[in-house]
Amino acid sequence: MQPLILENVHITLEGNPLLGIDTTIAPGEVLTVMGPSGVGKSTLLAYIAGFLSPAFSARGRIWLGEHELTRLPAEARRVGLLFQDSLLFPHLSVGGNLAFGMTADGSRRKRQQRVEAVLKEIGLEGFASRDPATLSGGQRSRVALMRVLLSEPRAMLLDEPFSQLDTALRDEMRQLVFQRVKQENLPTLMVTHDAADAEAAGGRVIELAI
Amino acid sequence: MPSSYALGVRLAPWLAITLLSLPVAGGLAGVIAPAFGFLPALGGNTLTLAHWQTLLNRPGLGQMIQLSYVTGLVSAAVSLAIVVLFLGAFMHTRLFSAVRRLLSPLLAVPHAAAAIGLAFLLAPSGLFSRALSPGVTGWQHPPDILFPGDPFGLAMIAGLVLKEVPFLLLMSLAALPQCQASERLRMARALGYGPLSAFLKVVLPGLYPLLRLPIYAVIAFASSTVDVALILGPTTPPPLAVAVLRWLNDPNLSMRFMASAGALLQLGVTLAALASWWLIEFLVRRLARDWLMNGRRHNGDAFLGGIALGAVSLSLLLIMGSLVGLMLWSLAAYWPFPEALPQPLTLRNWMGAAGRLGDPLIQAATIGIVATLLSSILVVGALEAETLHERPTRPWAQLILYLPLLVPSVAFLFGLVLIQVQIGAPPGIAAVILGHAVFVLPYVFLSLAESYRRLDPRWTYLARSLGASPAQVFWRVRLPMLSVPLLTAAAVGFAVSIGQYLPTLLLGAGRVSTITTEAVSLAGGGDRRLTAVYALLQLAMPALGFALALGLPRLVFRRRSGLLTSA
Repeated sequence: MQPLILENVHITLEGNPLLGIDTTIAPGEVLTVMGPSGVGKSTLLAYIAGFLSPAFSARGRIWLGEHELTRLPAEARRVGLLFQDSLLFPHLSVGGNLAFGMTADGSRRKRQQRVEAVLKEIGLEGFASRDPATLSGGQRSRVALMRVLLSEPRAMLLDEPFSQLDTALRDEMRQLVFQRVKQENLPTLMVTHDAADAEAAGGRVIELAI
Repeated sequence: MPSSYALGVRLAPWLAITLLSLPVAGGLAGVIAPAFGFLPALGGNTLTLAHWQTLLNRPGLGQMIQLSYVTGLVSAAVSLAIVVLFLGAFMHTRLFSAVRRLLSPLLAVPHAAAAIGLAFLLAPSGLFSRALSPGVTGWQHPPDILFPGDPFGLAMIAGLVLKEVPFLLLMSLAALPQCQASERLRMARALGYGPLSAFLKVVLPGLYPLLRLPIYAVIAFASSTVDVALILGPTTPPPLAVAVLRWLNDPNLSMRFMASAGALLQLGVTLAALASWWLIEFLVRRLARDWLMNGRRHNGDAFLGGIALGAVSLSLLLIMGSLVGLMLWSLAAYWPFPEALPQPLTLRNWMGAAGRLGDPLIQAATIGIVATLLSSILVVGALEAETLHERPTRPWAQLILYLPLLVPSVAFLFGLVLIQVQIGAPPGIAAVILGHAVFVLPYVFLSLAESYRRLDPRWTYLARSLGASPAQVFWRVRLPMLSVPLLTAAAVGFAVSIGQYLPTLLLGAGRVSTITTEAVSLAGGGDRRLTAVYALLQLAMPALGFALALGLPRLVFRRRSGLLTSA
């Protein structure tokens, strides 16, 4: 894995400077960006992932090691996203959600086996054909995490990933997420307004102010 | 599919704009030249004002104009008043959610079917008078009253109001969240305002601008309606649009010059009605300025709420009564006047009609399906382009969307017919389908846009970051997630197409007959039993469309409950 490099990134909203950041996130490191709402945390993630809304403008470059992402379309960046809602596609089964992000190669059976194995890993054996709407909140979060990981990202972006979960689940999910990104050695950027998230991530923290 | 997707997204907005504006602009242009005497196909080679003189000397022209103008303004005013009072008095109540569920099916009732049903209910020998005779009224014979068809056009106005109230209510429902109605209302209620006063003083000023175009469409439609006027309107003289239709169907082809002038005059009358409304709007705004701030918390809330309740109940009662009346007449054999129910009931009318029904039903379904499909593709393409570029629709695009609803259809459709004649294009089903699409597209757009724009952009972000291209996101994420609202919009479009009378009649040059053209022409004759059969079938087609649109997703996605609730 290679580091995620944010080189002199500056984001402006209608001409007003919003935020600036210049840093390198090592493989397996979780960098936390904190700040009150309205400071542009999610905008930063949108810029890295390739969806900056036309109201904003940004300069600065994004690199994955030697590989520049800035001009690539979103689907070619291989940057995984995790939101506060699990956002499982309601028109697909649980297995369909997991398969959505997998590369198309490999036989149908191979892909199916992969999905089954992943479900077993998160304690949801035999859930492949289930309707995602019938899952509990914790189950959905776990499926969402595995869906991103199955797409084999090179970096991870977490947008307030735990804020919708209740306290007991939150600790469990924090552990699972941080354990998995470290295990896969992914450079990870998390934005949050919860200091406990930053503490659990155990990495550097950048505070943004308005 | 990526290349067809990219091409579609690039072309669809322009094709939609062309489909909406070209027939209207071209049609109007096509009617201007003949109005001043120029139509080489019919031997008109010189410019002249003679046809205007003939038109202006026409007996009863003043009454025709007055009838169209007054109908347009009064039916819009009454519909708007009912909608506003009802929203104000009953928003956030259980009654409101019940009425809300009835709206789409009500909107799907074709104008002609509603008008026929109303005529059968309220005529001197109609269901209503039978129910009261001879017990209450003492009538042994139907009284000699001219209704429907009264010289003031009251029956026609009633028929129009019955159809426009559900339309304006539906448009309001889409607009209410946009003007933060609930928040405004709660704020005013907390300050001690009664529910209706709160609505009128803080919500309506925000809601009205969003309703302006739909209201203008109502005025334009009512001031130039043909099918409702043919069934419920007065005949000597008829409203202007009906007269224009008669002149242009006159076997004497030279009447077409005067008909062109009449079509332009119709445009003028509609514009005058719109301008008058605009002026009244201005005056009301002026006069209400102090009233908004006078601090009075209650303004006869209970009384006005009672009126709203009465009006909405009456509308529902009329619709239900019409439906019952149509069913009874379609099953009646011998039904002498004061009898409230026909004895015996028979299926003979249905069997007798069965042989002749196939063609008009198939024609109507074919035209409806193709026009809806065409419109839906263009609408989805246009909305997808809007989403992709993350820019809102511009005001002029909104106006173009309403263009076919604001310009009297008799004016521009007649111009299209004249162009057809001039260039020798064959009239027929293709022309009819395109003509229907002009009216179907705006409604498909209006019913789909809200859901399309509200879909959380994070679904797209997520799918893209999982490696899906924009085309894949559209086919595999956005389209399936929007299948429920898309089907509903298609059902609305199909219903609009089924309801079209004038485009079928004019662009098909009498060679294309649908269930609707048959029903309207039967309504002019005396056979109530057969008319009832046709009106019921005309009503059943859009109902079937809605049943499919609501039922199909429940069947296909019965194991995807998140899709059914989110949409």
